[in-house]
Amino acid sequence: MAAPTTPAEIGGIGHSVQRKEDARLIEGQGNFLDDIDLPDTLHMAILRSPLAHARINGIDSSAATAIDGVLAVVTGDLMDQHGLAWMPTLSGDTQAVLATDKVRYQGQEVAAVIATDPYIATDALEHIVVDYEELPPITTPQQSLEEGAALIRDEKEGQTDNLAYTWETGDQGATEEAFAQADRVVTLETHYPRSHPAPLETCGIVADVNSVTGQATIYMTSQAPHAHRTLFAMVAGLPEQNIRIVSPDIGGGFGNKVPIYPGYVVATAASLLIGQPVKWVESRTENLISTGFARDYYMKGELAVTDEGRILGLRVDMLSDQGAFYSDAQPTQFRAGLFHVVTGSYDFPAAHINCKGAFTNKAPGGVAYRCSFRITEASYLIERLVQTAAYEVGIDPAEMRLKNFIQPEQFPYETATGFVYDSGDYPTALRTAMNEVGYEDLRREQAEARAEGRLIGIGIAHFTEAVGAGPSRTYDIAGLKMIDSAELRVHPTGKAILKLGVKTQGQGHETTFAQIVAEVLGIPANDIKVEHGDTDHTPYGLGTYASRSTPVGGAATAVVARKLAEKSKKIAAHLLEAADEDIELASGVFSVAGSPDRSVTIQDVALAAYTNLPEGMEYGLEDVTYYDPPNLTYPYGSYIVVVEVDPDTGVWEVQRMVALDDCGVRINPMIVEGQICGGLTEGFAMSAMQWITFDDDGNCIGANFMDYLVPTAWETPRFELLATEVPSPHHPIGAKGVGESATVGSPAAFVNAVIDAVAHLGVRNIDMPVLPDRVWAAIDAAV
Amino acid sequence: MFPSRFDLVVAQSVGEAVEAKADAGEGGRFLAGGQSLIPMMKMRVAFPETLIDINRIAGLDAIEQSNGHLQVGALVRHADVVASDATFGAIAAAAPWVADPLVRNRGTMCGSVAHCDPEGDWNSVLLATGADVVAQGPNGERSISIADFVDGAFTSTLGEDELVVGLRIPVPSGRSGGSYLKLERKVGDYATVAVASHLELDDSGAISAAGLALTSVNPINTKVADAEALLVGQQPSEDLFAEAAELAAAAAEPRDDVRGTAAWKRQVVRTYTKRGLAAAAQQAEGS
Ligand SMILES: Cc1cc2nc3c(=O)[nH]c(=O)nc-3n(C[C@H](O)[C@H](O)[C@H](O)COP(=O)(O)OP(=O)(O)OC[C@H]3O[C@@H](n4cnc5c(N)ncnc54)[C@H](O)[C@@H]3O)c2cc1C
Repeated sequence: MAAPTTPAEIGGIGHSVQRKEDARLIEGQGNFLDDIDLPDTLHMAILRSPLAHARINGIDSSAATAIDGVLAVVTGDLMDQHGLAWMPTLSGDTQAVLATDKVRYQGQEVAAVIATDPYIATDALEHIVVDYEELPPITTPQQSLEEGAALIRDEKEGQTDNLAYTWETGDQGATEEAFAQADRVVTLETHYPRSHPAPLETCGIVADVNSVTGQATIYMTSQAPHAHRTLFAMVAGLPEQNIRIVSPDIGGGFGNKVPIYPGYVVATAASLLIGQPVKWVESRTENLISTGFARDYYMKGELAVTDEGRILGLRVDMLSDQGAFYSDAQPTQFRAGLFHVVTGSYDFPAAHINCKGAFTNKAPGGVAYRCSFRITEASYLIERLVQTAAYEVGIDPAEMRLKNFIQPEQFPYETATGFVYDSGDYPTALRTAMNEVGYEDLRREQAEARAEGRLIGIGIAHFTEAVGAGPSRTYDIAGLKMIDSAELRVHPTGKAILKLGVKTQGQGHETTFAQIVAEVLGIPANDIKVEHGDTDHTPYGLGTYASRSTPVGGAATAVVARKLAEKSKKIAAHLLEAADEDIELASGVFSVAGSPDRSVTIQDVALAAYTNLPEGMEYGLEDVTYYDPPNLTYPYGSYIVVVEVDPDTGVWEVQRMVALDDCGVRINPMIVEGQICGGLTEGFAMSAMQWITFDDDGNCIGANFMDYLVPTAWETPRFELLATEVPSPHHPIGAKGVGESATVGSPAAFVNAVIDAVAHLGVRNIDMPVLPDRVWAAIDAAV
Repeated sequence: MFPSRFDLVVAQSVGEAVEAKADAGEGGRFLAGGQSLIPMMKMRVAFPETLIDINRIAGLDAIEQSNGHLQVGALVRHADVVASDATFGAIAAAAPWVADPLVRNRGTMCGSVAHCDPEGDWNSVLLATGADVVAQGPNGERSISIADFVDGAFTSTLGEDELVVGLRIPVPSGRSGGSYLKLERKVGDYATVAVASHLELDDSGAISAAGLALTSVNPINTKVADAEALLVGQQPSEDLFAEAAELAAAAAEPRDDVRGTAAWKRQVVRTYTKRGLAAAAQQAEGS
């Protein structure tokens, strides 16, 4: 790890500066959505469908409307009168705001009550009578695509089946050739089950439309306030200058707060019609059953390999369960996100990826839960597949990887599906992790344990992510290019305010981004206020998800700080009566080359920017940058998990978890480690317990925290963290982004470890979550 | 999540509580720790019209041994049971496995017994150790043996107008041991499968009394009487416990659900019975 270049008081890159936001949040002085309490606020509650699939023959809201304190009951018909019964999704589909014709999943929004308090609103829901005519529910994509399956999207013109999309990439011919040359073809079929980001704070909105000015101030739990403002303008037809979105402190997003939900639209419409603020905060159950889920990919992967374990090609068939509407938040060009990064960390020439998605009677969403657009699924598949291949070929899974890794000298490396990986040293990463865990000794212990009837497993995952979307030539969401911005203003006393287009949800931006400025200008990180989330007061950007804040917003911050450094040098030259090109800047001190005692500080320069300028220079010290990244960044890591499985019950326990991450330059190592620990916990969660499933009637199982299992510190294993640091060559400060690495990389390591414990019995797959009954059944079937 | 409307009566004595319950009629419900009732109200699966809060009643919070019994008052929290040194065997083993630390700080052992959730832990433990539920109604106090008290899922033989004021659990006089093995998916989860074991040994080391009960694998907490009968009079051994485990597995009628298949749950009953009895025997032998 490179040593910091600034002293601790300045706290530039490489310092584990304490998180500036923590004191406020820990001491109860944060300002979350539900803390916002405007005068005359009305409260909204949503009536949701109890059925997964039914025709609505009528809604009688008269009894609910008659209740004292109820101002309005909003139905789909009322929304329709304003052209708002349906809204576009981020994947080019349309989605019901309030159901007019059918309900298509359990939990779908049917009506909304606006009342003077939330108790009355909730009580009134029980008095709305909906006449449902039940239709057969479809709960799997396989069922959905069967001949004769009930048509879920019968309202969609030209839609004659339940297919949501198809998409393919790669070179089919070259891949077929590779398979023809292979000694063997290794196949793995596996399901990455439906999961839910389950942020601790649920989604919510306070919509405040001024009936006189038409000004709409919309407080909402948004990971992407600027994009949401534009989409609101386009969907609701409100003039964009009249829309101000304020995303306050956010209690976790993880992708769940990227979409625009029906509740937001209804609350805004209600405020517009009634002329009072309308507040809606989801319950936990509403959040879990109706908002953006993640994953639900059925994947079949095939590797063409030689007897020596060399990979020649990859073929993938993927079927996704989209729920009732195709509303993945993803770049326009790609129908299955960046799933085609599925070639992973390996050097082989040919791949062909075939994707299709189906509508089912389940909640829509398809958000990237702590993952850059479906990369989690991709990484899981290739890492499981490579391990399967190792067993089939008969070589050690670590050796299999080392044999096929892209080598350090091959970067920049273009993959078979067109990504250009920026940098990395995969063999060093894996070997370092193997040394730490004591890989060779563990293999010996495993063999000894087996002889005693004990089952120990060692699982590896070496993932490569593609994050930081992205270059404008390739990446847009709903037409909006995925650039991002930073605006930096240095005040006369040398204190600064940095305004960002991205929006933190707990990642520590208020600290990390201040450190980037501190690094460049030498203003102490604690003297820099970071502002974000309010569209009237920050420059445009696409928001925080897909690990893009540091790669894109962080780059913008470095660039804008450098612009100010250039201007500052000119001011310093003026103050020191030296030539511009002789001024050197280090840790906030401008000195003249060759005579270091002649110097001024950044604080002196800041004051001069408003008081004492060189001839012809404009006053002030501020600028803005919109950054269009030249490429994605490609963080990676090597994870090794050791488990012991109880052969009598299938219960498994993690004994060791060693996680090496390389995310390029680490701005704040402590925050990076925090992100990794959180991500590893979520990876463990998905491998072990955390999933949303449905019964045959389409009832969601996982509708509260008794059924949707989010692990606590008690279940979560201890993590041993390691790092290497290969900078990104194209990022201004060499950083790659790390928010999602561990969630992406770790599930395969946990699952591989359990499989490894029973692989000698012939077991090759157990679907996530790896529940003890599944493990026991696999053992039982094998022996 | 917002419950529907209810009235609240804060009782200051057992007499007041019982009277308030009689006044409230069918819509009345006692509120103890609220760790089952409040979530049910928030999810709107319970709609009591009147809550009778018993938390302010003095004298119900003791857990102590007297007259050869462990006496547990109605306001003894799960956490008090964890902390108590008056407990023994399966009771002591089970306490830290009930719910999570937050729930244990408020939820009561008696409330859990009264609630009769078939996935609740305490009724299995008490079926294994034996216990009397002490109930008070308008006409005074009566004792109901736990086996008679537990009637079905969420139903007991407690009268509509009776309050559970305490539990009386016999303390074994000789060598004894107990265990509670619980398979849960995460901390705070109800049991997927749990097995309560209780053994008492005579001077020869033979089993003089045995209790075995299962959680979450039947419509109610289930005492495995045939296994208990098999164990009594025998010397503890691996084979004996394996035989008892088969009876326990046969007594379980689990269902396939999101927690796992029935076949697997039965296998866990078998394994945990073997291990649980062995642990109980080991504790008894060392006592
Ligand atoms: C997150 C969570 C996890 C849990 N996990 C477990 C677990 O693993 N194992 C487990 O066993 N339990 C678990 N529980 C339930 C917990 O043990 C409850 O505390 C217990 O079931 C009820 O006790 P209480 O005092 O909270 O009763 P309350 O919720 O106040 O009452 C429950 C019912 O019993 C009645 N009642 C209460 N006291 C009396 C009385 N003295 N006389 C007559 N009727 C009475 C009430 O009227 C009500 O109908 C969990 C609860 C939660 C919220």
